Amino acid sequence: MNSAKAVQKSPSLLTTNLVFIGRSLRHSLRNVESLLMAILLPIFLMLLFTYVFGGAIDTTGQYVTYVVPGIILLCAGFGSSSTAIDVATDMTNGIIDRFRTMPIRAVSVVTGHVVASVARNMLATCIVIGVALLLGFQPEAGLSDWLFALGLVVLFILTYTWLFAAIGLVTGSPAAAGGYGFVLLFLPYLSSAFVPTNTMPSWLQGFANHQPITPVIEALRALLIGGPIGNNGWIALLWCAGILLLSLIWCAVAFRMRAGRR
Amino acid sequence: MNQNAIEVKGLVKSFGKAAILKGVNLTVPSGTIFALLGPNGAGKTTLIHILSTLTKLDEGSVKVAGFDVESEQKEVKRSISLTGQFAAVDELLTGAENLRMMCRLSGLSTDDANSRTRELLRQFDLEDAADKRAKAYSGGMRRRLDLAISLVTHRPVLFLDEPTTGLDTISRRTLWEMILGLKQQGITVFLTTQYLEEADELADEIAVIHGGRIVASGTADELKSRVGGEVIELRNSQDELIGTYPTSGGLADVRQVLNSAAHAFHPDTKITIRKPSMDDVFLALTSTATKEASIS
Repeated sequence: MNSAKAVQKSPSLLTTNLVFIGRSLRHSLRNVESLLMAILLPIFLMLLFTYVFGGAIDTTGQYVTYVVPGIILLCAGFGSSSTAIDVATDMTNGIIDRFRTMPIRAVSVVTGHVVASVARNMLATCIVIGVALLLGFQPEAGLSDWLFALGLVVLFILTYTWLFAAIGLVTGSPAAAGGYGFVLLFLPYLSSAFVPTNTMPSWLQGFANHQPITPVIEALRALLIGGPIGNNGWIALLWCAGILLLSLIWCAVAFRMRAGRR
Repeated sequence: MNQNAIEVKGLVKSFGKAAILKGVNLTVPSGTIFALLGPNGAGKTTLIHILSTLTKLDEGSVKVAGFDVESEQKEVKRSISLTGQFAAVDELLTGAENLRMMCRLSGLSTDDANSRTRELLRQFDLEDAADKRAKAYSGGMRRRLDLAISLVTHRPVLFLDEPTTGLDTISRRTLWEMILGLKQQGITVFLTTQYLEEADELADEIAVIHGGRIVASGTADELKSRVGGEVIELRNSQDELIGTYPTSGGLADVRQVLNSAAHAFHPDTKITIRKPSMDDVFLALTSTATKEASIS
């Protein structure tokens, strides 16, 4: 006699989400390439910007302090981009069909990848800050500043991850999904992440000052090393919340198109 | 329990202008194995996707386990399990983790999930590979894991889309035994296949699908008799086919063929008696279907 039950229960939404989160976390730990990327990239970028570019950009030796928010966002961008590949893989290899024939909310499979991405990227963020401290980063933040800064970083990671999840849903293959994220990964370079925007040509300043990355960078910088935060906090929150909302809607629509009944 | 596990009436489905299913009718009694036999592009996968709620139907009615696939999707989903054409196992997870995950998603508690996982690993001979990642599994092991996943909880109706395509002979036989074992448990199995031999071995009833229509159905023996009996083939010393004769396979009939062949061909001519192959069935059934279509 086996223990298979005659009557079927559906698992709760919470159980479904927890199972998928567990699955994606296991994937993250076992996908050695992306795990190494999440750990090594922050270290290499910190060293690169501090020791290679830093001297030329800022001769006072304090560039490490200036660049920390930029490296955090750059790593978060890279780290969350693998979500597009994870989602596209699930959509193409047939496992999604099995989930869809089960009495569960199949879209939870995407939620699992998003939560795992946030976990991976928080690890990367901690590594950035840790390496920065070793290299002479001198934050001036109090406890509440740290909490606000971390909250903003989490919101930024969530936004980027859901956006990449949507890209993974609309692209045909994992390889294509990996390619489309390029534009998003390029955005931090065209912001105040690495150099003040007033050093850029005026036509570029217009873009750099008004794209979403700059207020996030400025808000983080103000929170971590002091200085006036101005409107940057609110503008950063609005940008992130707005893009997050649009990404969620895009994901819902794309999932229905991709994995809905036709 | 419903008498019929699956009832399909007048099923029509097209994607854009491409008509995939053009009026399919079929009935599968509970507790039997049903094989849908057909070449690539005949509409097998579309039909199995409609039966398993993945795809909407355009016209007709489809009932699975007594529930309507359009208006009672949730009930259908609770009654079925689908094993797709490509073994949909999670490659980065181990066999045991795959099973535990699917048990949890099927509503089992953690403890029940663990004990059910152990049972299934044993039943499908995967105990030694339980803690290896599915990526390292052979084709046969993946299919066995896939089938085990379909059985994490009792589902009265199981859909298997080309369960043995790409497997070697031994793995195929092992899987066949396991599928026959499911029937013993009272599970209705609906499978698609390109292989007559597979349908022959497993199915109580076979339907042949071609160009979106069921062109023939019946038991394996009925289908073969429609195609005709065995064939005597004559080959010359270069192994080229030089003659074929239909035969009942009986002694008198074979002797008569050989007597006449002995006058006409070289003494080195080689003789084989061949059973109808999948090709023969298709050629016979699909050519009549084309004729019927052109008359109507």
